[in-house]
Amino acid sequence: MSWEVVIGLEIHVQLNTASKLFSGSKLSTGAEPNTQASLVDLGMPGTLPVVNREAVRKAALFGLAINADICRHSVFERKNYFYPDLPKGYQTTQLDKPVVGAGEVEISLENGAKKTVRIHHAHLEEDAGKSLHEDFHGMTGIDLNRAGTPLIEVVTEPDMSNAEEAVAFARKLHAIVTSIGICDGDMSQGNMRFDVNVSIRKPGDPLGTRTETKNLNSFRFMERAIKLEVERQIDVLEDGGSIVQETRLYNGDTHTARSMRSKEDANDYRYFPCPDLLPVEITDADLDALKAAMPELPDTRKSRFLADYQLSEYDADLLSGDLATAVFFEAATKAGGDAKLAANWVMGELAAKLNAEEKSIANSPVTAEQLGQLIARLKDGTISSKIAKQVFEACWAGEGDPDTVIEAKGLKQMSDSGELEKIVDDIIANNGPQVEDYRSSDDAKKKKKIGFFVGQAMKVTQGKANPQQLNQLLKEKLG
Amino acid sequence: MAIDSKVVAQVAHLARLKVDQADSDALSSRLNDILAMVDQLQQADVTDVAPMAHPLDVTQPLRDDKVSEPDIRDKALEIAPAAEDGCFLVPRVIE
Repeated sequence: MSWEVVIGLEIHVQLNTASKLFSGSKLSTGAEPNTQASLVDLGMPGTLPVVNREAVRKAALFGLAINADICRHSVFERKNYFYPDLPKGYQTTQLDKPVVGAGEVEISLENGAKKTVRIHHAHLEEDAGKSLHEDFHGMTGIDLNRAGTPLIEVVTEPDMSNAEEAVAFARKLHAIVTSIGICDGDMSQGNMRFDVNVSIRKPGDPLGTRTETKNLNSFRFMERAIKLEVERQIDVLEDGGSIVQETRLYNGDTHTARSMRSKEDANDYRYFPCPDLLPVEITDADLDALKAAMPELPDTRKSRFLADYQLSEYDADLLSGDLATAVFFEAATKAGGDAKLAANWVMGELAAKLNAEEKSIANSPVTAEQLGQLIARLKDGTISSKIAKQVFEACWAGEGDPDTVIEAKGLKQMSDSGELEKIVDDIIANNGPQVEDYRSSDDAKKKKKIGFFVGQAMKVTQGKANPQQLNQLLKEKLG
Repeated sequence: MAIDSKVVAQVAHLARLKVDQADSDALSSRLNDILAMVDQLQQADVTDVAPMAHPLDVTQPLRDDKVSEPDIRDKALEIAPAAEDGCFLVPRVIE
């Protein structure tokens, strides 16, 4: 009898403000340890937090993007626990009155079906600092640059029933937060971190005991961690054991997970409303201004791509799903004048190359304008598609714009028919037996055998012969 | 809810306070007095009273998203019990 899997997610989304949630400390990655930690972030006595307007604005914008109720008077609470990277001894977060109430996100599945994932709520909170366990000879180093970084924690209902759905949701959420510009979305920098709650049950049974796998920072790891945990729970239950409610840590390198701590005695956070902070008010005017400033959402963008560029459903999905990809695609289309070609190049050659070198599209060595120029040269017949790949490689290697590369390497397609005619004549003259063989073949075989001559011509012209023109000439001359 | 020495020990642990057994009984009794007061408060009829998060009837002033704080690392590390390579040092914690 099969098991039913129940998955809920908690996602920490780092807001891309200039300063921290409760202090005017700078927010940026890569700074020297503790150089971006003010008295407030250090939890010094006598300091008071002041809320960053932009963080509240971004949280509310997210709420509107997922059709959620926005709490007009949200309240910050203290979540009390001791850990060295939490200098105040509590995390300032929200509990009963989060900024963002219940909402929903629609996901598309591989078989084309749609599914709605309900959002329980999303709250504003501060991040903790970092504990560094290596390089401090048996001690732990504490870097508080990250302490006080604004996050929204998005909590879903347990609406997903397999790893694929969870990943589809995670990708959609990534698309939303990057599209509305509240998060940079760089997973490798921890801009989005996923906690996965998994339980299994027999159909019709009440919910099983769940475990939480924390801090997954890539879609791939998330998918693998969920599959691993589902297998583990099935094994435990089918062997007659029971699932313990616990937090688990997944190691992507070894594809293993281990129990981190049992939740029973750890979870006594003694929340209470933070006396240092007043309720945060969001007015009708605030909401009107946010609605007016709402950037294009992924679903709207997809519809626009379908209508404006006549892309297939699949292409539109892929190209609209990630803001950086969408921006790149549109810029390349504008520069190149051909959406279908731009789509093929962005999802084909470019994606493969970025993937192989683990680069993000925002840092692509070939710019959208360069790709557009390449496409324009393909369209106007200056280069063949085979040569285009060569030009692309050269642009990638930093040899300049396509036009520069084509000029410098002499890659212009040979479209002077006189020159090409001479080459074709030479080939026919020098390959008597093949010509005879071709001429004595039937039409079907001729189609195959012409390839030999095309190959010869391409060899002589170093691939620069215009393929259509060449074919035409060969057919005429060979008869 | 009645507070006994077991609850006192648990609350003390959560607050990282060391409470001697001798003090524990006295603390239990005082905490129970406080809870009795809370019980009395609970009897008040609040049917028509909206819950509030703060005694002041005002809302939070918000700050513009500007960097205003300088780097104070050297001063902060100076008053730390131990520091190295720009980090505060604490006894090893690893989960």
